[in-house]
Amino acid sequence: MTDVAIVGIGMHEFGRHEGVSGMEQGAIAVRRACSDAGVAWNDIEFAYGGSYAAGSPDTMVSMLGLTGLQFINVANGCATGGSALSSAYNAIKSGAYELGMAIGFDKHPRGAFSPSGPAGEGRDWYGGSGMALTTQFFGMKINHYMETHGITNRSLAKVAAKAFRNGSKNPMAWRRKPLSEDEILQAQMLSYPLTQYMFCNPGEGGVALVMCKADVAHKYSKNPIFLRASVVRSRRFGSFEVTAPSLAIEHNGGPTIDASKAAFELAGVGPADIDVAQLQDTESGAEVMHMAENGFCEHGEQEAMLANGDTEIDGRLPVNTDGGCLANGEPIGASGLRQVYENVLQLRGDAGERQVPNDPKVAYTHVYGAPGISGVTILTR
Amino acid sequence: MGQAVSINDNILLLTDDGPRLKGAVCNDCGTHVFPAASGCSKCTGSSMSEAVLGTEGALWAWTVQGFPPKAPPYLGETDPAKFQPYGVGYVTLEGELKVEARLTEADSKVLKSGMAMRLTTVPIAQDEDGNDIHTFAFEPV
Ligand SMILES: [Zn+2]
Repeated sequence: MTDVAIVGIGMHEFGRHEGVSGMEQGAIAVRRACSDAGVAWNDIEFAYGGSYAAGSPDTMVSMLGLTGLQFINVANGCATGGSALSSAYNAIKSGAYELGMAIGFDKHPRGAFSPSGPAGEGRDWYGGSGMALTTQFFGMKINHYMETHGITNRSLAKVAAKAFRNGSKNPMAWRRKPLSEDEILQAQMLSYPLTQYMFCNPGEGGVALVMCKADVAHKYSKNPIFLRASVVRSRRFGSFEVTAPSLAIEHNGGPTIDASKAAFELAGVGPADIDVAQLQDTESGAEVMHMAENGFCEHGEQEAMLANGDTEIDGRLPVNTDGGCLANGEPIGASGLRQVYENVLQLRGDAGERQVPNDPKVAYTHVYGAPGISGVTILTR
Repeated sequence: MGQAVSINDNILLLTDDGPRLKGAVCNDCGTHVFPAASGCSKCTGSSMSEAVLGTEGALWAWTVQGFPPKAPPYLGETDPAKFQPYGVGYVTLEGELKVEARLTEADSKVLKSGMAMRLTTVPIAQDEDGNDIHTFAFEPV
């Protein structure tokens, strides 16, 4: 049973765009998505929009036209795009609407995301002491994982090199210059074991998706893509998340495992059925860990998979075929939707130079955001 | 030299017996939290008491901060020419929780999960009265 389809996709180039507001980039993505679906903005019955730093998404109706549609803003950290999509998916699934959109855009200042810690009385001891940096969390999580499961620094470099290599084949990507593994390993160490080129940067861009009831999909598109699952989960007690001054002794695998299991169940497929996957790669270690957390391998198997090239575009399980966050940057509101955009291209066979061979039929996305939210989608042709 | 003062008395006490971290414990299920909170993230209960945490444990996860954090909020050295990388990690306080802290060791060849650590403090800045502001840290035993 499929009941929600994606019939139009639109994107504004990721990167840095002097003089173009984040919201304008969102509006351009919306127009491109409508044009792809062959619909007009005033056909759209509802929209869910997300932006972290580029204004309140619903105000974009003054750029697109005041049609009176239901427009709801969503905000869920780095998982904002996944949350907009999940909300739109459920709005159509419920039967309340036939045609709507999930929209995400953003424009962040240069540099790492500002640290923020727990509120409390007195001096800000957490940020003041030099903790509360998201980069530290990522360093600690992958470092612990490497010590436990035998992943090497070289594997982290392989992930980043793949991202820039795939990004070089993507006209929408920000960083399109391939880098060697050694250049990546020898770059400045930001938070051991992660160097400068292993981290993504906040950026700019916009993505919009037109979605409809599956039974009318052929009205809008000759090659609709069906959304078999769209799931968002938050963390449970014992999970290891960003900016936590303390953690429980007991360990929980985290929200990605929960979201992934629920999505596979909903879609009625398993990890072995997936032909192409986009996994959250805030830094290269995240991609490594998320391969296992999403059920694509056992912990530790990534070392051999990366050495074999299994996650390359022509490998057994292509991962982050558009260059991921590493090559595209992370405009928070748009990032999760970028992954879905890429998978729609791959399933349509329209991914050009970076097209996954052998006619992919099932595609998977995973977005992860602070303070412990994961969103997973499964798409089929 | 100024007098040593805590970065924040709500979380760090400088006692004659050395530094102590102040958290809370759930009266219903015994879960510890740091910093103190009004509710329990495990059992969802809301009856909490103040708890002074243990001072020794094992390093669970670690990294090395390689660039100066932004100020504010950071109170320490931000001049890239003078900045010294510092360790950050989680230390398991048995029967309580894992606490995140600065580490006095910053060498990635020395730091190793499982190594024994003990609570101490490091001076991080001076306040307007010339006192040395201390924050908590763990040092290898
Ligand atoms: Zn409790």
